[in-house]
Amino acid sequence: MRKYRFVFVCAVAALLGFGFAATVQGQRGGGQQGSPLRTAIYDPQQKIYYADANDRTVRALPVRDNVWMIVGAGGNITVQTGDDGVMVVDTGSGGAMTDKVQAILRALSTKPIRYVLNTSYRPDHTSGNEALRGAAAGGGGRGGGRGTPIAAHESVLARMSAPTGRSAPTPVNAWPSETYYKAFHDIYFNGEGIQLIHVPDAITDGDSLVYFRRSDVIAAGDIFLTTTYPVIDLKTGGTINGVIAGLNKLLDLCIVKEKQEGGTMVIPGHGRISDEADVLEYRDMLTIVRDRIQDAIKKGRTLQQIQTAGLTRDYDGRYGATTGPWTTAMFIEAAYQSLTKK
Amino acid sequence: MFLFIEVSFLQAKQAVFSLTSCQIWGRTGMQSFKRKVLALFSFLAVMGLFSTPAFAQMDLVGEWANLFHEDQPERLGGPDVGDYAGLPINDAARMAADAWNADILSVPEHQCKPHPADYSPRGPAMVQIWKEVDPLSRQLVALRTHISWQAPERWIWMDGRPHPDEFAAHTWQGFSTGEWLGQVLKVTTTHLKRGWIRRNGLPRSDKAELTEYFSRHGEFLTWTVIINDPVYLTEPMIRSSDFRWAPGQQVGNYPCLIVTELDHPQGWVPHWLPGENPNLELFSKTHDVIQEAARGGAATMLPEARKKVAAAQKWPPPTQPAAGGRGGGGGGAGGPGAAAGGRGGGGRGGAGAPPAAPGGRGQ
Repeated sequence: MRKYRFVFVCAVAALLGFGFAATVQGQRGGGQQGSPLRTAIYDPQQKIYYADANDRTVRALPVRDNVWMIVGAGGNITVQTGDDGVMVVDTGSGGAMTDKVQAILRALSTKPIRYVLNTSYRPDHTSGNEALRGAAAGGGGRGGGRGTPIAAHESVLARMSAPTGRSAPTPVNAWPSETYYKAFHDIYFNGEGIQLIHVPDAITDGDSLVYFRRSDVIAAGDIFLTTTYPVIDLKTGGTINGVIAGLNKLLDLCIVKEKQEGGTMVIPGHGRISDEADVLEYRDMLTIVRDRIQDAIKKGRTLQQIQTAGLTRDYDGRYGATTGPWTTAMFIEAAYQSLTKK
Repeated sequence: MFLFIEVSFLQAKQAVFSLTSCQIWGRTGMQSFKRKVLALFSFLAVMGLFSTPAFAQMDLVGEWANLFHEDQPERLGGPDVGDYAGLPINDAARMAADAWNADILSVPEHQCKPHPADYSPRGPAMVQIWKEVDPLSRQLVALRTHISWQAPERWIWMDGRPHPDEFAAHTWQGFSTGEWLGQVLKVTTTHLKRGWIRRNGLPRSDKAELTEYFSRHGEFLTWTVIINDPVYLTEPMIRSSDFRWAPGQQVGNYPCLIVTELDHPQGWVPHWLPGENPNLELFSKTHDVIQEAARGGAATMLPEARKKVAAAQKWPPPTQPAAGGRGGGGGGAGGPGAAAGGRGGGGRGGAGAPPAAPGGRGQ
C-alpha cells in the first residue's frame, strides 16, 4: 500500500512539474503573456499557411523544399527551416503583423529562430527584427534573444543605429549584430551555403541579395519588385543605375530549368514568387526607362518636362501609381536625380 | 462479373415479361414479383455502372494539325514592324511596340522563350491533346496539351480545383481550369507571364486572364482565345485558330539551346527611344494602309475602318494568278524586306502571272 502511495505522490509531483514547465515554455514561446497563442491554419490544396482563419492577408507560400515566402506583413519574408532551426530573411513591417508572422513560423517549424538576415535597412523589411529575434520587451518571439544574430551589410547597421549620444531611429535589439563590408558574406545553415551578396548604391547603399545555394532560391529584397517601380531611396545612397546593376547581377545568378522558366526561384521584396524571366522583364523595363530619361536629360529637358512627357506610359499600367507612398512622378524624380548627380 | 450481368439480364427480361403478363397475384406470385423487381433493379444498377452517359462531352483527345487559312502572313512569316491594325490596343501597348527592337531576341535570356498560352495556338502549332485520369477512380483530372514549337505543355484542370494564390509564380502557360458547356470546353487561365499579342512587340501583360473555348466539329477543332488585359487592351480581344484531326501525326522534341553569337556589354537591352524607330511607317507605306489604321485600336476592328482604308488606297487590286501558278503573291515573308516587292509581290512560281504591283497583297 505504501508502495502505491509513493507511486501516486510521484505521479502527482511529475504532473505538477510538467505543467509548470509547459507554462514557462508557453510564456517564452510567444505572444503576450497570458494571451493564447495564435494558431496558423493550413490549406492543403493550395499548400499555404494562413496566420488567421478569418483574415488571410498574412500567409506563407511554398517556394522550394524547406523555403517559404511570407506575404502580407510588409516586405516579403523568406523563411528557411531545418534541423538547425529557422532562418528568416527580413522581418516585415513589425507591429501587429509580427504576431501573425510568428504564428506561421510556429506552423512551419517547431525549432526556434536562429538567424535573421536583412536585405536592407528599410522599415518594411526590418521592423520585425526585435520581435522575431526574441528580444522585444515583454517577451514574445521564438528567437534566442540577443543571442540570435542579425546579419546584414554594415550600411544597414549605420542606418538603423546612431553615434553615441544621439538618438537611434530603431531600438538597439533590432540592429544587425553580424555585418560585412566586402562583396560577399557567407553563412552555412540548415545544410546549405547561403551568400549575402552586396549590391552597391541600388535601392540604398546597403542592399544584399541572399542566395540559398542548395535550395536555388534568391531573396532579392527591394532590388526586384513585381508590384511597383523600384523605390529608389536617394537619401541613403540609392541610384537607378545601381538597381539595374543589381538586376543584372541577379540575372547572372539565375539558371532557368527549361524554356526560360523555373530553375532558380526569386523572391522579390514585394510581390509574387518569380523566376529569371520575370526578373528579365523588370530589368528590361528599368533599362528602357532609364535610357529614355537619360536621353531627355541630354536633350536639356527639365525634371518637370520629363515627368509630364509620358516616358513611362507603356509601363505605368503595370508598375505606376498616381497616389500612394510611391508614385510614378516620385520614381521619375528619383531616377532623374540619381542620373544628374555629379 | 459478366456472368452476373448476363444472369441479371435474363432475370430482368423475365421480370419485365412477367410484369407485363400480370402473373403477380397470390402468395407465391407476390414472392416471385419481389424477386423479379429485385432482379430488374440489379440489372439496371449493374448496367448503369458499366454504361457511358448518353450526354458524354465531346472528345478532344488526339492529334491536331493547324490550319493557316486565317491570318496566314502574320502567323507564319510574321507581322511587319508597326502593324497594329485590327487590335484593340491602348496607347501603352502602342508605345511598347514602337520601342520594340527585334534585336531583343538575340539577348541570351530572351532566346528560348516559348509562346505563351494565348499565342501558342497561332504559331507552328501541331497539337496533341490527351487526358490525365485518376489511376484509381478513372475520373478525369485534367486535359493536357502539347504544341510543337518550343514544346509548351498545359494542364487544364478539370477536377474543380481553385486557381492559385495571387502571389504564386506565373508561368508561360499559366494556370488553367476547364468546364464543359454542353459540347464546348471552356477554359479559364490566370497566372501568365508577360507575353505578346503580336510578334512585333505588342505586349500582353502578366495581369491578363484568358477565356478559351474548344469546340469540335467532326474532324475540325476551333480554339478560341479571349484575352482580357487591363494593362494593354481597351476591350477583350477575341481570336480563333482552326485545327484538323491528324491521326498519325508525330510531334517531335523541341530542345532550345541559348547561343551567344556576339559580344555585348552586360545589361544590353536593344530598344528604340521615343520617336527614333525608323520602321514604324514601313507597313503603312508598303501596303498602302493609312497610318491611322496601322496604329490599331478597337475602332480599327470595325467594318467602317476597313472601308476607310480601302477608300484611301491608291494601289490597283491584286492580280489574279494564272492557272498553274501559285499566285501573284505569297512571295514575301514580311518584315522590312517585304518593302521591295511588297508582301506577296513577285509571286512564287506564278509563271504567266504578271508581277503584282509593289505593295500588292497577293493572298
